[in-house]
Amino acid sequence: MKKLLVANRAEIARRVFRTAAAMGIKTVAVYSDPDSGAPHVREADEAVRLPGATSAETYLSIPKIIEAALATNADAVHPGYGFLSENADFATACADAGLTFVGPPVEAIRTMGSKIAAKEMMARAGVPVLPGGVVNDGYRPEPSDYPVLVKAAFGGGGRGMRIVHSLNDLDDAVAAAGREAQAAFGDGTVFVERYLQDPRHIEVQIFGDTNGRVLHLFERECSIQRRYQKVIEEAPSPAVNDELRAELCAAAVSAGEALGYVGAGTVEFVLDPAGRFYFLEVNTRLQVEHPVTELVTGLDLVELQLRVAAGEPLTISPTLDGHAIEARLYAEDPTADFAPMSGRIDRFEIPSSDGVRIDSGYETGSTVSTFYDAMIAKVIAYGPTRERAAQRLASALDAAELHGPPTNRDLLVGVLRHPEFLAGFTDTGFLARHSPAELIGPDHDPLSAVAAALASQAHRRLTAPVQRHIPSGWRNVSTGPRQVAYIEGEQIIEVSYVLTRSGIAIQIGGEPIADARLEHADATSVVLSVGGMSRRYGVHLVADACYVDGPVISTRLVPIDRLPEPGSTAAAGSLLAPLPGSVIRVLVAANDAVVAGQTIAILEAMKMEHPIVSPVTGLISELLITVGQQMDTGQPLAIIEETTDG
Amino acid sequence: MLELIAEHESQIERARAGGGERYTTRHRERGKLLVRERIELLVDLDTAFLELSPLAAWDSPFQVGASIVTGVGVICGAECVIIAHEPTVRGGTMNPFTLRKNLRALEIARVNRLPVVNLVESGGGDLPTQADIFVPAGNIFRELTQLSAAGIPTIALVFGNATAGGAYVPGMCDYAVMIDQQAKVFLGGPPLVKMATGEEADDESLGGAAMHSRISGLSDYFAVDEVDCLRLGRQIVANLNWHKEGPTPRHLVEEPLYDAEDLLGIASVDLRIPFDPREVIARLVDGSRFDEYKPQYGTSIVTGWAQIHGYAVGVLANAQGVLFMDESKKATEFIQLANQSSTPLIFLQNVTGFMVGKEYEQAGIIKDGAKMINAVANSSVPHITVIMGASYGAGNYGMCGRSYEPRFLFTWPNARVAVMGPQQLAGVLSIVARQAAEASGREFDEEADARQRGTIEEQIGRESRALFMTGRVYDDGIIDPRDTRTVLGIALSAATSKTAEGRRGFGVFRM
Repeated sequence: MKKLLVANRAEIARRVFRTAAAMGIKTVAVYSDPDSGAPHVREADEAVRLPGATSAETYLSIPKIIEAALATNADAVHPGYGFLSENADFATACADAGLTFVGPPVEAIRTMGSKIAAKEMMARAGVPVLPGGVVNDGYRPEPSDYPVLVKAAFGGGGRGMRIVHSLNDLDDAVAAAGREAQAAFGDGTVFVERYLQDPRHIEVQIFGDTNGRVLHLFERECSIQRRYQKVIEEAPSPAVNDELRAELCAAAVSAGEALGYVGAGTVEFVLDPAGRFYFLEVNTRLQVEHPVTELVTGLDLVELQLRVAAGEPLTISPTLDGHAIEARLYAEDPTADFAPMSGRIDRFEIPSSDGVRIDSGYETGSTVSTFYDAMIAKVIAYGPTRERAAQRLASALDAAELHGPPTNRDLLVGVLRHPEFLAGFTDTGFLARHSPAELIGPDHDPLSAVAAALASQAHRRLTAPVQRHIPSGWRNVSTGPRQVAYIEGEQIIEVSYVLTRSGIAIQIGGEPIADARLEHADATSVVLSVGGMSRRYGVHLVADACYVDGPVISTRLVPIDRLPEPGSTAAAGSLLAPLPGSVIRVLVAANDAVVAGQTIAILEAMKMEHPIVSPVTGLISELLITVGQQMDTGQPLAIIEETTDG
Repeated sequence: MLELIAEHESQIERARAGGGERYTTRHRERGKLLVRERIELLVDLDTAFLELSPLAAWDSPFQVGASIVTGVGVICGAECVIIAHEPTVRGGTMNPFTLRKNLRALEIARVNRLPVVNLVESGGGDLPTQADIFVPAGNIFRELTQLSAAGIPTIALVFGNATAGGAYVPGMCDYAVMIDQQAKVFLGGPPLVKMATGEEADDESLGGAAMHSRISGLSDYFAVDEVDCLRLGRQIVANLNWHKEGPTPRHLVEEPLYDAEDLLGIASVDLRIPFDPREVIARLVDGSRFDEYKPQYGTSIVTGWAQIHGYAVGVLANAQGVLFMDESKKATEFIQLANQSSTPLIFLQNVTGFMVGKEYEQAGIIKDGAKMINAVANSSVPHITVIMGASYGAGNYGMCGRSYEPRFLFTWPNARVAVMGPQQLAGVLSIVARQAAEASGREFDEEADARQRGTIEEQIGRESRALFMTGRVYDDGIIDPRDTRTVLGIALSAATSKTAEGRRGFGVFRM
């Protein structure tokens, strides 16, 4: 293997390049138009543009990727995870083009790509499975099987999954899941199986070589999930003792052997509270969460993949040492049902610390686009014990400066410091039991806006073209306080301040802050003492926002123009897009009467359908959208004139 | 000193209250901003606003502040003179003090080359006082257009009435912005037009913003409301492509090593007690560094070089009040040196006058005093004067008093300005009266003389007070001594909008 093309983007592309470079293998990146400036493009020896923006046009386009590999004389292709990583046609196309596909044999992908076929094979191999089948093939769950889970047969990541509690809802759920699966994976086949309430998600990393040897690299637990997507993963699992580990790993190895598995794979199980485990699926790729296994085994899984792909036998005998936890940092709003967020990252800094590894696809200045998954980075901490790993990870995340679209950082920290998590009581119901609000804790610190105002003030003074050293806002006859306002989330916060020789007077929303003292203010930090308690705020000012990292929260404040141009503010009654996405359905027409809660339109973002409902009862006075239109956050969709009763 | 500052502050409070609760509320109810709120939004956030003559009309029949607010503010990085009518005080009408204050602001704009932004909302002249204002008020329009002729931009933001003569403010300015449904700019309103020609017309068609923006063209920008008007005003200034002509300050500025609070104790409230001006200078200048010139010669005046807010300055400060021959010659040389190097001069006055007496007259004190007055009068570097104590007699002239046109002149609350001290003046009058009585052989009425002396002392005492002088717009405002460095910094920065080129021709005369 001399030159490796990575058919992927962001952190996983960078991860593969890192090992390839260390092994002396040349690297080729591919990139879509929105990714043209992305770090992964720079880090490869060569980069090939895939014209277009959507996944279908770019990272999912088999002909374009094969063409890129051939054009650069690559001899191998690593698919990463997601995209084409579990696409048998792609593996076939690589083989046909004379390229080594870094992954399992096509047949294994094909069999495991169908969750239905996979289950049947595993049952034959003696691996425990849950009862289920394909509805369209005539399978009907027994009444005692409810609730059941409807799942896409091809694909993963929880897309298209639905829980059905009774027979009446089954057909609707199957139809909806089918639609979503069709859109996401190009195949609408769905199946049902018995649904386990809040099991643990345990998976075993396996590796096979071309000599027929299949071995395991122990288990990972990935129970902390939202919307069926893993958020926090760890190795080893706090719920697995040596005896259970031996059983799980043996079952996984049998599964691998039954498949004739070659390369990196993951056998996923659900574990019920009684300690019984059932086969879920085999992922025939490198997993997002592979770093936790790397940290507890000391192995480089990408290196093993490349060696196996080159035909080398596996000679390792893995041992387990310490504990590792990974947190997936997403650009999303946990308080808005984890809606994905997009936008420019004005600063991305996670201070390096002992035992902390950062696998990131983004950096300061990157833009999280609406076209791809909104995971910004994986932060992984290692420690001799689970407590230590959790503490290191929480501290690293807490200290990060994440200035850009909202992220799930506070939620991750909240989980990592939660007594239930620390006690090892992790199951897939964790994030349903503990609301984002509970985990995130305080979501507001009124002094953040004050810090933003005072840092901005200091910045203006330090960069003033004239009278730079004159005291800030000096007056010989007072004209009232300096008044500024910010938008924080959906709130408007007004701050006023006066600096005089006797100190500072601050008001927030017209309420004076008693006993306030300004100990320090420059453009990047403010130290404010209130009631004798001193607090430090880090402030990052960018063109259109102030990011404040304070002792209570980190937040983004958008300054409100003191002298706005007329017409630049949204008209009263505007219904604004809550997230970026495309309009897939419009359910009303201009001049329609609507009631509060009525769905006006459906936005699709990241393959999820988001209904946009009218907040009021009224009349659609203007409809500003058409089907297919791409919307940005805050863009008006419609103007609704509220009607009053009577 | 703190008592005097508090007294001053209480008078400022009167000025700031504008037309009082009732008119302020009415103004707000019309959806309008108060004058200082307008200024607050007009100037760059967190920059200083140095209000000028805030106590104009003190001890007059008119409201303190003279129904107008003037000052130096920074708009989009450019130092401007802002002249804003106070519409809550008798509709912003102009009385003789309004006129003086307005003209002084225009003078400051002219001598310092500062763009002028007028915030217009005035009912016009205060008609009962028209005799004192009608003729000189013409100067306002003349000054405006002469500023423009000198390349100094003039802008009118019309918030309300600008009628009759007032209509020439937007008329004479380079730029005019008018606010929809608020601006009323016409020579004659509906009643006057009806009386003059019989024509029926309404405010809007005679002088509304829409009419002037679309038909007459007097308005260059149509503002939908006050905030929009202020935004447009800032936009105009931002596009002036304005550059200062004078020296730029040093980048690094050190604060003085000594606390400005101490100035409260250093300055004498009893002006008979002199104080060392070096104690003051140490609290005004960068790093408290002062390179004294001729420290052992003419020791009753202190001269030397320093920096204030990064600007190189020469400082002249009275030490023992009296100016003798050596002091006069030292000051004259120093002023010439400052002109050689185009260095602005700061005059710190605490002067009781040139020395009198046979010895001094015979030694030519008049000639030496004349040298100093000559040097001050013909010096062309920026002068900024602070009266920090006494300002008596020709010492006021030699130390660049008001009539010597310093770019700015500020007064400490303890200051006294007069031809001489009250006791001396009363005493002189008494001696003259006694001589007149003796000459005519009349008996001198000692009792009446004592009464008369008391009355005159009281009158002169009152009329030489800082508040009285500031009320007459004989200074640009009373300042808290602790603010002196800040005020000088602003004044120097504003003054360097114009070139600070010194006057040369002869070499420096060694005297």
